[in-house]
Amino acid sequence: MPADVYLNVAVGGVLTGLVYGLMALGLSVIFGVVRVVNFAHGEMMTIAMYIAVTLFTAFHLDPLVMLVPIAAVMFAFGYVLQTRLINPFITRPEYSQFLLLVAVAIIIVNLLLIAFGPDAQNVQTSYAYDSFQIGPLIVDATKAYAGLAAIVVAAALFGFFQYTRLGTAIRACADNYTGALVVGLDVKHLYALTFGLGAACVGAAGCMLLLIFDVTPAVGPAYTLLAFVIVITGGLGSMPGALLGGVLIGLTEAMAGLLFTPSAKSMFAFGILVLVLLFRPQGIMGKRTA
Amino acid sequence: MIASLIEGVPHRALALLGALLVALVAAPLVAGDYLLTVLILILYFAYIGQAWNIMMGFAGQLSLGHALYVGLGAYTAASLYVHFGIGPWLGLLVAVPVAALAGAFIGFLAFRFRVAGVYFAILTIAVAEFARVGFDHLSWTSGSSGLFLPVAQFTHNDLWQLRGHPVMFYYILLAATVFAFIFCRALLQSRVGYFWRAIREDEEAARSAGIDVFHYKMIAVVISAAMTSFAGVIYAFYYNNLFPEQVFHISRSIEIILGPIVGGIGTLFGPILGAVVLTGLAETLTAALAAAGIDLPGAKQVFYGVCLLLVITTLPDGVWPWVCKRIGLAERNK
Repeated sequence: MPADVYLNVAVGGVLTGLVYGLMALGLSVIFGVVRVVNFAHGEMMTIAMYIAVTLFTAFHLDPLVMLVPIAAVMFAFGYVLQTRLINPFITRPEYSQFLLLVAVAIIIVNLLLIAFGPDAQNVQTSYAYDSFQIGPLIVDATKAYAGLAAIVVAAALFGFFQYTRLGTAIRACADNYTGALVVGLDVKHLYALTFGLGAACVGAAGCMLLLIFDVTPAVGPAYTLLAFVIVITGGLGSMPGALLGGVLIGLTEAMAGLLFTPSAKSMFAFGILVLVLLFRPQGIMGKRTA
Repeated sequence: MIASLIEGVPHRALALLGALLVALVAAPLVAGDYLLTVLILILYFAYIGQAWNIMMGFAGQLSLGHALYVGLGAYTAASLYVHFGIGPWLGLLVAVPVAALAGAFIGFLAFRFRVAGVYFAILTIAVAEFARVGFDHLSWTSGSSGLFLPVAQFTHNDLWQLRGHPVMFYYILLAATVFAFIFCRALLQSRVGYFWRAIREDEEAARSAGIDVFHYKMIAVVISAAMTSFAGVIYAFYYNNLFPEQVFHISRSIEIILGPIVGGIGTLFGPILGAVVLTGLAETLTAALAAAGIDLPGAKQVFYGVCLLLVITTLPDGVWPWVCKRIGLAERNK
């Protein structure tokens, strides 16, 4: 195979990886602040993907245009989920939280199955087969738009946490729970906001991923696993780590699909995870005291 | 030995246990084919739940990848049978060490490098998923197209080759469940059992008290993996077909651990009660939906999920500790 094939596949992998990274960013933010592992993460993304598919088939609304409203809907979903269900579980043991979110995941997957059936659905945008040529490089338009959108959303989230009062307050909760209570922060409300933001991240990521992949109700758990792999590779709780992990896993999957067989690609992602856990358990960008 | 096992157990509990055992032994005499299948499922989950409980309930290590050990046990014994005609009981001698080795591998990776909590849980998922995709591409076990055992004849029961009527499997699983129950009781009363609970409650404190934490965690994962793989062997010869997509899937691992969590983690009766409650719930839902004429794929699972939510929000410690309070039995081995 000529060298530019490898390069093209690699670029495609990196762009897809950016979207993976945004999805994992949601998981990382939730864990970093609320200290709950969201075992329904991928399932939440499929909700957003189905909203986007429905809007596209009914009104021809482009998923990228609908990205902000869909993210807002998912934010509301996440906020309610945290206040109604998860807040009472914050102090419970991990397996208890795990069971709660697994139950939520089972309900989501099967409600989607009832509503939309088991068949794969996708969107056929006008630019589905377009591509950009940059020198010897050919980049799919859908992946380019999706990757760029992922960068924009991630940058907005960084900005929010770094420069707004609310973002600072949330970081305070993550750093010191008791301290945050002492200075009078409404921690429960901030937790719900954080879970909402995490859900908004997967909502946005779902819209972008829909340009690249089909959606079925059953893909949810696979994306949940993928998000775990990415977040642990990058460092649980680290925002740049999640993006970096996403790019790394996206690249690995793309190259494994090209060099071996596409159906074995997730094996390589899990292989990377095992290596990271072995040699750098805190993840590439994580802090040791995670 | 036996005296020490029943020491301190209230007479009421012993009488209850005896009655339960008699009922279970007699059950196939009255149960129809359908009920027998359900009972086999309950015993299967009760046994594996007990094995998983050793790791999580006793030693505090959350494994979310126990399907790995079921799958390794099932695939090892089934391949030996299909390729070399080696019977399941001899195959067990290979299958159990294979699974124990896999457990030791995960334990070594994790405990050596102090990978714990969520990280450990996700490592166990990752290894199981790795095995799933790996077996999908392993031609020796027919990959994703599945491994099939020659179908059993129900004319006579061949215990040595595990070919025969479901009743035979029922008694094998019943024996395994009873063994697991007594074995776990013995473990809890042993030195190892006390060390495990010390590690579960506070690992640092256990270490400073001089307990070799690495060593005892390894024992927990190896015992748990070995016990689980036995159920895998039985699974292979009961269902006669194996698909990586089904055997190793994460949803299998979740099924395994729902029982002990719902029943009451770390208790001896939790895994058994959890298996009864959850399998009973699933079967009741199937019957109820059929009676109501609802034929929607997914409807049953939605109700199942809602019931899980209700249980976990109302009884966070599990059903068994709650039942204990109701019937006036103190749960001693918490």
